[in-house]
Amino acid sequence: MTSTAVTGPNSNPHTNAKKRSARPSAFKLLARNQLALMGAVILALVVLIVIITPILPLPDPDATDPAQRLLRPLADGHFLGTDHLGRDLLSRLIWGTRVSLAVGISASLVAALFGSVIGIVSGYFGGRTDNIMMRGIDMLMAFPYILLALAIVAALGPGLMNALYAIAVVNIPFFARNIRGVTVGIAHREFVDAAKLSGKGHIRIILTEILPNVMPVIVITISTTVGWMILETAGLSFLGLGAQPPQADLGSMLGEGRKLITTAMHLSAIPGAMIFVLVMSINLLGDGIRDVLDPRLKSGALARPAPLTRIDRTDEGAGTTYPDDTVLAVDELRTEFVLGDDSYKAVGGVSFHVGKNECVGLVGESGSGKSVTALSLLGLVASPPGTIVGGRVMFDGKDVYGMSEDDVRDIRGGKAAYVFQDPLSTLHPLFSIGDQLVEAIRAHNAVSYKDAWAKAVELLGMVRIPNPQSRADNYPHQLSGGMRQRVGIAMALANEPRLIIADEPTTALDVTVQAQILKLMNNLRNDHGTSVLFITHDFGVVSEICDRVAVMYAGRIVEMGTTEQVLHHPAHPYTKRLIDCVPRLGEPDRRTSAIPGLPPAVNNLPAGCAFADRCDRVEEACRVGSIAFDDLGNGHGVRCIKPMEGADV
Amino acid sequence: MSDASHVSDVVLQTRDLVRTFGGGRTLFGGQKPTVYAVRGIDVAVRKGETLGIVGESGCGKSTLARMLVGLDRPTEGNITLTGSDMNDLIAHDRHALSRRIQYVFQDPISSLNPRKLIRETLAGPLRYLRGLSGEDLNKRLAELMDAVNLRPEFLDRYPHEFSGGQAQRVGIARALAAEPEIIVLDEPVSALDVSVQAQVLNLLADLKKKFGLTYVFISHDLSVVEAVSDRVAVMYFGRVVEQAKGRALFDKPLHPYTRLLLDSAPVPGKRGLTVEDASAELPDPLAPPPGCAFAPRCPRAQDDCVAKVPDAQYGLENHDAACFHPLNPVTSA
Repeated sequence: MTSTAVTGPNSNPHTNAKKRSARPSAFKLLARNQLALMGAVILALVVLIVIITPILPLPDPDATDPAQRLLRPLADGHFLGTDHLGRDLLSRLIWGTRVSLAVGISASLVAALFGSVIGIVSGYFGGRTDNIMMRGIDMLMAFPYILLALAIVAALGPGLMNALYAIAVVNIPFFARNIRGVTVGIAHREFVDAAKLSGKGHIRIILTEILPNVMPVIVITISTTVGWMILETAGLSFLGLGAQPPQADLGSMLGEGRKLITTAMHLSAIPGAMIFVLVMSINLLGDGIRDVLDPRLKSGALARPAPLTRIDRTDEGAGTTYPDDTVLAVDELRTEFVLGDDSYKAVGGVSFHVGKNECVGLVGESGSGKSVTALSLLGLVASPPGTIVGGRVMFDGKDVYGMSEDDVRDIRGGKAAYVFQDPLSTLHPLFSIGDQLVEAIRAHNAVSYKDAWAKAVELLGMVRIPNPQSRADNYPHQLSGGMRQRVGIAMALANEPRLIIADEPTTALDVTVQAQILKLMNNLRNDHGTSVLFITHDFGVVSEICDRVAVMYAGRIVEMGTTEQVLHHPAHPYTKRLIDCVPRLGEPDRRTSAIPGLPPAVNNLPAGCAFADRCDRVEEACRVGSIAFDDLGNGHGVRCIKPMEGADV
Repeated sequence: MSDASHVSDVVLQTRDLVRTFGGGRTLFGGQKPTVYAVRGIDVAVRKGETLGIVGESGCGKSTLARMLVGLDRPTEGNITLTGSDMNDLIAHDRHALSRRIQYVFQDPISSLNPRKLIRETLAGPLRYLRGLSGEDLNKRLAELMDAVNLRPEFLDRYPHEFSGGQAQRVGIARALAAEPEIIVLDEPVSALDVSVQAQVLNLLADLKKKFGLTYVFISHDLSVVEAVSDRVAVMYFGRVVEQAKGRALFDKPLHPYTRLLLDSAPVPGKRGLTVEDASAELPDPLAPPPGCAFAPRCPRAQDDCVAKVPDAQYGLENHDAACFHPLNPVTSA
């Protein structure tokens, strides 16, 4: 749910104009990776030396001097010694590195060029084109690569250029397959359809729409293969199929040194060490580049989130007391995300409680902080970047943030269970739904597999899945969206929770299915005395299922009351306008008035009321200081200095 | 029927439109499974009206939309655009179709290339469909941004810097850039926040008035379709099951499926949805049933429903449903 917190603020170009550099740049990210930085420095050094080789005061690498043969390193006039023909090893090493690096990089570029063209064309056009091209690639891959390279060199004759061609050809399939996979994903995106409708032809679409999106992958692939290519060049030269005497390259030097390995080890050790340093530095840098460019890794997937959100509280709530049968009490909860130099106040002081057998709705738009609130309750916000910076959550009378990790884990899925929006992404695709239910049951109860299975079937029946016996063996993809959400609810019910936290559980469903799920949740609540925290953006759904409603805006609750109070006598202008801006079935002529503007970015909240800029009732006083949450009586409260007329007071 | 008098102002018409996916033979001669996405659709759109198409996921409404703009070709049947066959149009000049009918995508962010400036995205249709360049192009870009209420400096931003509502306005501007007669809107507000939905709906209404546009408005949301449409067609499992002019469909639905949809939609301030039996599921699109696709879920189903597909006469003015046992059996005018 960090995504809402991240895209929310980013989505406002007004505030963004000045703060575009809030996130660290790609280069900074790379520099932060010390291994990659080390690789980059070493590689830069090698490349620099190799570039200035012609002007370095080195002896001729091919000049033989049999009188000086096989000198040890540090010999007079020959820093690294000489080889069996008396040639200066340092000079040969540097000239050889120059050749190896040039061949490795050129081979990568050639392979990248042809491989990418094949991959993009085949992925973009699909169908028969794809089939023919990919089967060709498959044939190329069916040969052991070294055999193929040998065959190519054998056909063309030995030589450095031919070795280059061989290595490039051998690596084309690697690029083609990688790039094809990415292209297939992009070719079916909507912006490609949009480009077609804009009158662009295939070549133009490939060059201007597909290529810019595939480019990072090409760069990643090149950066991770250059090292490998240098090794392969060295391998062919070692076998005598690459560089021909007297030209030096790292592989041929190694091959020549091999014959004398017992008498003059330095002849093979020195080029060997150079290959190691070169390939290692390239690979470290390549990995670093991949980490920076790969969007999945960029989003923080590499940083394993902590089992519990980081808690760094400056206060422990206002100490408000709630009725005795309160299951969940949230007191001035504050959760922030720190990204780059910015801190996003996703939840900025939220207080509410859920009583026994009560259904409380948390309503708000995306970015209002409702999902982060829900995840914060049991410390499920990913850390980093999330931190709970203040407030208290009392579950069953105990402070959740004061508990040990084990105790919190025990509550999750036990006494309090979550139901999420998309059941397809929360159910494991490789286990049958029965197995997943069994796992949920056995995580909290010491029962046998057989008993747990029986209970799982009973749960499936409880959520009215027809034929629960046989359905338990189904995998998630075999069920429809509505059925999957039933399984999600069954899983939440597995350990007879006191509280179900449902985050937009019906938003992804069709209306007819939504109606069924809402009825199901209502029945279960009545039968089991469960409390429900129901998060949604839809006031229609709220009126169907909720007893009380809290409306959130920019990380705070702006109005709270019974469903009747909030829907029929809204006191906060935002609540009223939010209800009014959606067309209502059966009232097509009712004026739907849009709310102008956008919510404020939560990393840049105004001093006063966060809604002030969009409110038609705004006054000077609204923009000064924090607005208090006023009680209007009968459990109805509002965060507004000028509540609307018609409030039930 | 009174259709004849209106034939002249019908700008878009489909006849027996069918689209199947898969099919054909495997390498060893076996029959590959065929998915029936659209199973025979006749709709007509008049100049200047908004035809609303409602249906749930999997009913084929997006496949229909893609065929209407030429992103997909029908397996059978044809589409005519003011009298000329769409296949001829595409064969003659592949840009001609895009100049007359445009498309607005559901997900505003993913319909914009993340690595291109808004300026480049909007310049596409102006350059390739309208042949503009240089100063004319820049002038037109500014006009388009103005038409969708976006500030001209937004042209030099990337899509990720926009909110959903702003991105959708860019999507609408791109469709407008081609100066089309018809715009097909595929769930244009479903991905937007509720407070922004109204902004976009109001913008669409203004643009329609200003440029004399014709809309095909596809949505799963009955209340939105009711608010914007002059005529409404309800789709179920690849077919139109009910169609009516104006509000008739909402006031007096004939098809039990329409009734179910209406009863399932939650309305703020009201409680007590009617809920159908939980076991109801969509039919298998690999093997469509011989009779009415809704029959297994229908409380009024009888023997004839599973034997034969009910037929309906959809005109421009009437109200009819493909049902043997409609709810309000009044004969249409």
